[in-house]
Amino acid sequence: MSYLTAARAGFIACHACGNVEVRAAPRRARQHCSRCGAALRQRQANSISRTWALLIAAALLYIPANLLPVLHTSSLFGDQDDTIMSGVVYFWVSGDWPLAIIVFVASILVPMLKLTVLALLAITVQRRTPWRPLERTRLYRLVERIGRWSMLDVFVITLTVALVRFKSFAVITAGWGALAFAAVVVLTMLASMQFDPRLIWDAVHDESGADTADSAPRRPPDSGPSS
Amino acid sequence: MNRLDLIACHECDALLRKPHHAQQINTRCPRCAALLFRSSATRLDLIAALAVAALITFLIAQGFPIVELDLNGTTSQTTLIGAIGVLWNDGMELVAVAVFCSTFLFPLVELVALLYVLMPVRSGVVPPAFDLVLRTIQFVRPWGMVEVLMLGILVTIVKMTSLARVVPEAALFAFGGLTLMLAVVVMFDPRALWDIADALRPSPAHRTRTQGGIPRASAHRR
Repeated sequence: MSYLTAARAGFIACHACGNVEVRAAPRRARQHCSRCGAALRQRQANSISRTWALLIAAALLYIPANLLPVLHTSSLFGDQDDTIMSGVVYFWVSGDWPLAIIVFVASILVPMLKLTVLALLAITVQRRTPWRPLERTRLYRLVERIGRWSMLDVFVITLTVALVRFKSFAVITAGWGALAFAAVVVLTMLASMQFDPRLIWDAVHDESGADTADSAPRRPPDSGPSS
Repeated sequence: MNRLDLIACHECDALLRKPHHAQQINTRCPRCAALLFRSSATRLDLIAALAVAALITFLIAQGFPIVELDLNGTTSQTTLIGAIGVLWNDGMELVAVAVFCSTFLFPLVELVALLYVLMPVRSGVVPPAFDLVLRTIQFVRPWGMVEVLMLGILVTIVKMTSLARVVPEAALFAFGGLTLMLAVVVMFDPRALWDIADALRPSPAHRTRTQGGIPRASAHRR
């Protein structure tokens, strides 16, 4: 089953309201949605270079995010610095292993997964491979969905810092790792927003006349409801 | 100009005809399985009612302390805003801003904006700045993280039990309720409101033109 894309048929879809209209002749001219007024773009502008820029920034900040302490505890028993990983280890040794798993998944696994998946998507789109478009789109959806959960540790740090303020016994303050970590989460979320999944499908060769990329609307066969 | 009876999948750009009963059942793209229409779009009353309830719960959640720590008689408690303030004073201004936006500002903006468009649309009126408000909802939605905060609160509580006695306060339960309500509210796709508003603006310019030959988006019950 081959599908006609809006781009090939000479249409353009509004990213905000979803309205589809005929693309105006000159490609460079700014076209605005006739329904909601949003600026229309065939594809996200400079999608891949923007994704790479945000991704590289996130990958660089991922190093201090894991090496610098996120929490600094000063108590009667001395001072202690905690990184994200040492927090996970602390939960694990003290027997709270479900908690250790939650924090490990949200703070370590999810950011790593996001960085690798987005890099993989950006590379495959750059090379215009028609390789497994459906699976790659699913990976993209997964990254979009789970990305936000990495903020978990930032919220835990915020609440911990505010609660543990016992002047004489123990005071916990936030460390610079928290800033780097929050930046990684925000940057990877921005990177996944900049990535345009339609670019995955643009490389897919439709068997029926892929070479005729003209703007004349063609008529593909009707597709019945599928499951 | 006439509205076309077409939609393009936002994830793979496949050109499809609008399903017959758009917005009544969940519809997926036959090519890449992206969710095109959500069934919740017809339940404007439900979404509006939940948004009002969520807004009230939001105020309770933000106004009261979340938990109290009791360490041998010395107590310490905090509201969310108080915690953000502590972070700010510790020199973590950027992190404080990120937490403030994702747990206070953006969820609040989303709820208020949703009510601003839903209330008039339910009575058949398209409010002023309709396009701008809907686009604001689309902008803030990915950044609202109340459900992540809820998990963060629970993790913090378990973490603190080894240190001191933890007393749950009003906002803890309010955040729990708010998480559940927002889960339903964010299932509502603001895109559906543009289609509904099209039907409300009774001008011949907005009549739909039918396109034959292009596959219709198939409807699936989920």
